[in-house]
Amino acid sequence: MNASERTLEEILKLAAEHFQVPREKLSPDDDFFEKLGINSLQALELLTRLENHFSVELPDYELQGVTDFRTLAERIQSRL
Amino acid sequence: MKSYNGKMLSWELREGVLELELHRPPCNEMGAGMLAEVEKFVEALSAKASEARAVVVYSSLAAGFSAGADLRELYQRMQGAPREKWLAGERAFLERVHRAMNALDAAPVPTVAAVHGVVFGGGFELALACDLIIADKTARFCFPELRLGLIPGFGGIPRLKRDVGNAVVRDLLLTGRSLNAQKAQAVGIVSQVVGEGEALRVARGTAAQILKFDAETAATAKQFLKPIPHEELKREVELFCELLTRPAVQAGLKKFVESTEAMPYLP
Repeated sequence: MNASERTLEEILKLAAEHFQVPREKLSPDDDFFEKLGINSLQALELLTRLENHFSVELPDYELQGVTDFRTLAERIQSRL
Repeated sequence: MKSYNGKMLSWELREGVLELELHRPPCNEMGAGMLAEVEKFVEALSAKASEARAVVVYSSLAAGFSAGADLRELYQRMQGAPREKWLAGERAFLERVHRAMNALDAAPVPTVAAVHGVVFGGGFELALACDLIIADKTARFCFPELRLGLIPGFGGIPRLKRDVGNAVVRDLLLTGRSLNAQKAQAVGIVSQVVGEGEALRVARGTAAQILKFDAETAATAKQFLKPIPHEELKREVELFCELLTRPAVQAGLKKFVESTEAMPYLP
């Protein structure tokens, strides 16, 4: 597993834990708003958890239009 | 008044510390009702008979400390009335907010904001009026007003400028982005970052520490360290009212009000 794949896996695991969804039900290309059933406030909670977990800073505007885990992982990986 | 149980907030004097609890769902949006109760709090705090030697402000709502001004209420106030009339009403409302915020800012006792989750707009401005901000790691700070074609109107820019460098103010204002608690601490907004759900406990401990010192000395130190930027605050009200009349603001508020999102002002 390379660094990008590890980042993606950690995101999926974190999202599953935080929103209490079985990890195996989440896939990299899922729309996380739909799959997790979250609104923009909960997405912000997820952003905070990801920033804390990866020790990165992700400006909100960099995530505008990002709805799937894979792209989210790419944005985080670009700051690691 | 040592305790008060209102619809939107409550307070209680506990061993010399006046604890203000915000509890207006969904996230302590500040409209006319909340302002009226904040004014009561400020009056109680300012009373000569007040036994408070420190203040702790916190929210008991899961969503966060406060999402700021009640924009739905603002939009409704603007509908159907002649422009001059609603604009005069908004100016009067803002001036009341500023009087309350200035009184909290200049309170002769140290004040601590214990924040978590959403600390946006007017909520951020309320926290900035306090002397110390203790944030749990879920807290996010944001001035989203420019997205609506406005600037913060509850004293945010002058108070943030007082505390941090202008580059940070520009970053927050001009991009509308939010900062997490660690970043907010790194730039000098937050004094302590604590674990999730721990902000109130740590704020109480901080208030207990403050109580060990002479109250008059603390008041003198605070007055010296934290002057109220009155001129800039007045200018902020003027600019806010000028911007409020623009069609872009009306359109932005309409979009906000009609959104079905839980927190439609978020990115």
